[in-house]
Amino acid sequence: MNRLLPVLVTTAVFLIGFALCCLQFPNFLSTRVVFNLLTDNAFLGIVAVGMTFVIISGGIDLSVGSVIGFTTVFLALAIQRAGLPPLVAFALVLVVCAAFGAAMGAVIHHLEMPPFIVTLAGMFLARGASFLLSTESIPIDAALYTDLPDAAIRLPGGGRLTVIAMIMLAVFVAGGLLLHVTRFGATVYALGGNRTATALMGVRVGRTTILIYTLSSLLAGLSGIVFSLYTSSGNSLAATGVELDTIAAVVIGGTLLTGGQGFMFGTFIGVLIQGLIATYITFDGTLSSWWTKIATGVLLFAFIAFQQSMVGLAGRRSRRRAAGVAPA
Amino acid sequence: MRLKTLLTATALAAGVAVSAQAADLTVGFSQIGSESGWRAAETTVSKAEAKKRNVTLKIADAQQKQENQIKAIRSFIAQGVDAIFLAPVVATGWDSVLKEAKEAKIPVVLLDRDIDPSGKDLYLTAVTSDSVHEGKVAGDWLAKQVGGKPCNVVELQGTVGASVATNRKKGFDTAIASHPNIKLVRSQTGDFTRSKGKEVMESFIKAEGGGSSICAVYAHNDDMMIGAIQAMKEAGLKPGKDVLTVSIDAVPDIFKAMAAGEANATVELTPNMAGPALDAIIDYKANNKTPPKWIQTDSKLFTAADEPMKVYESKKDLGY
Repeated sequence: MNRLLPVLVTTAVFLIGFALCCLQFPNFLSTRVVFNLLTDNAFLGIVAVGMTFVIISGGIDLSVGSVIGFTTVFLALAIQRAGLPPLVAFALVLVVCAAFGAAMGAVIHHLEMPPFIVTLAGMFLARGASFLLSTESIPIDAALYTDLPDAAIRLPGGGRLTVIAMIMLAVFVAGGLLLHVTRFGATVYALGGNRTATALMGVRVGRTTILIYTLSSLLAGLSGIVFSLYTSSGNSLAATGVELDTIAAVVIGGTLLTGGQGFMFGTFIGVLIQGLIATYITFDGTLSSWWTKIATGVLLFAFIAFQQSMVGLAGRRSRRRAAGVAPA
Repeated sequence: MRLKTLLTATALAAGVAVSAQAADLTVGFSQIGSESGWRAAETTVSKAEAKKRNVTLKIADAQQKQENQIKAIRSFIAQGVDAIFLAPVVATGWDSVLKEAKEAKIPVVLLDRDIDPSGKDLYLTAVTSDSVHEGKVAGDWLAKQVGGKPCNVVELQGTVGASVATNRKKGFDTAIASHPNIKLVRSQTGDFTRSKGKEVMESFIKAEGGGSSICAVYAHNDDMMIGAIQAMKEAGLKPGKDVLTVSIDAVPDIFKAMAAGEANATVELTPNMAGPALDAIIDYKANNKTPPKWIQTDSKLFTAADEPMKVYESKKDLGY
């Protein structure tokens, strides 16, 4: 129950926030707004799934925003300049991204470097590489790029379940299963709980670490594909700062930044909360859009304080239990 | 001058008359950001113009990101606004979201910049300035000033490769082509900045024998001209008297120089793109009149005769 509480609080915050928006703007309560939230935040959601694994394992991945940027530029050049079919280019870029993530994971494990530094270097590398490829925004006009963003299941009320929203939902379901049902998922939690103990238990820490960062970069690549579909272009400046939005979404979603605790569903709600704030600010139309950042910052702060107090409370209880005092 | 006042008054009266019919329109404006003084002024003026016409304007600042602009447009559609203004950060990638707007029967007006040709049927009209025309207005003014006298002109170009710089050069060249007495003797880029403008002007003065043979300076923007004026003063020249100056943009500081008699003319790149756009939308909604595909904004010429201090006062709080 204790572990579920942060997710429940996050969900409650989202639902209350949504209800308040609906009270202020009658048009808010429509399938269009709800499904826009999914489509507009698809790239953020996909990359947040990977980040959830990383953070639960006690790590961090600062390279994801740059990997998204790199992916969009790579795709634009591969499709527009080299004339590759989009699907081939997708496969190629995913391989490149996965290899990049595996390399970061290997450095983190074998050289025993902090993930923060390694992925920070990865962030500069990937962003630099995308600028090396092209400094300007390149439009992509392959047939797939004009058809896919328009393809959607239309719902009453103007809502559209777009292909990119479906990709995000699928990634969340798959990520949730991988985290909560499989043995790999259990290892990820164990790593975040206590690395040394996990290693002593005979779990292959190195293999898991490399897999986690491979998964994170792979999903960043997929997110880049979705991003390029979303804007029909490749831009080396794309998704700057998204790594921080992603971390914020995961933490607001109830995952402990120190690792060991968290749920995939919480991350999903964390992404939606950020989308909700942005939508509210556009609906209002008089607030500076920078309020999105301020509101996210305040929420983040509140959630960290909340989690910290939960951890403190749990610690006190277990100490009391150890001292033979019945828990209150 | 009196004619101008009369025209302004008529325009104002017309604005009031139109707004009386416009019943509570709501317009969503997806603005690029506030990266330059001009952009900030555009936002300020848009708000004022909307208020004048009783239109509720919802502004979303995209912080220079296309994905934010796409999100904002989607939100505007969901909100059911009556029209959407878009100042596009890039020319491509708008098809999908503009199609959504079209399906929802919400007209889109482009402000200040155009988008790529594939999307021409996806917007109602584009309100932009013609930068070739701006250059031509500047050239025509100079030709009129010097009359038949020979005149050596030096030119401070904008950033190399920027379309604005190319166009402003082209317009100016066209205007002076029919005046063989006006000769462009030197032309170099000052990168649209004050410091570069000053530097380049210093080298021009050195190269032209202390500047005695320079009759006029043409700068692609006011900022470079302000730098050039500084350079001329330091070299002992009298800008505005010995050397004629003409530049483009009409930022507040050039009017200060004009009031001090150190600058002669500037061509305005108006920050009021929303005004004509709002008029087009109101007319479209009320009378179902489709505006032309391109609404060209006025490239107005300002000289010392236009009470520069007054213009400065009116512009200084716009956010330039």
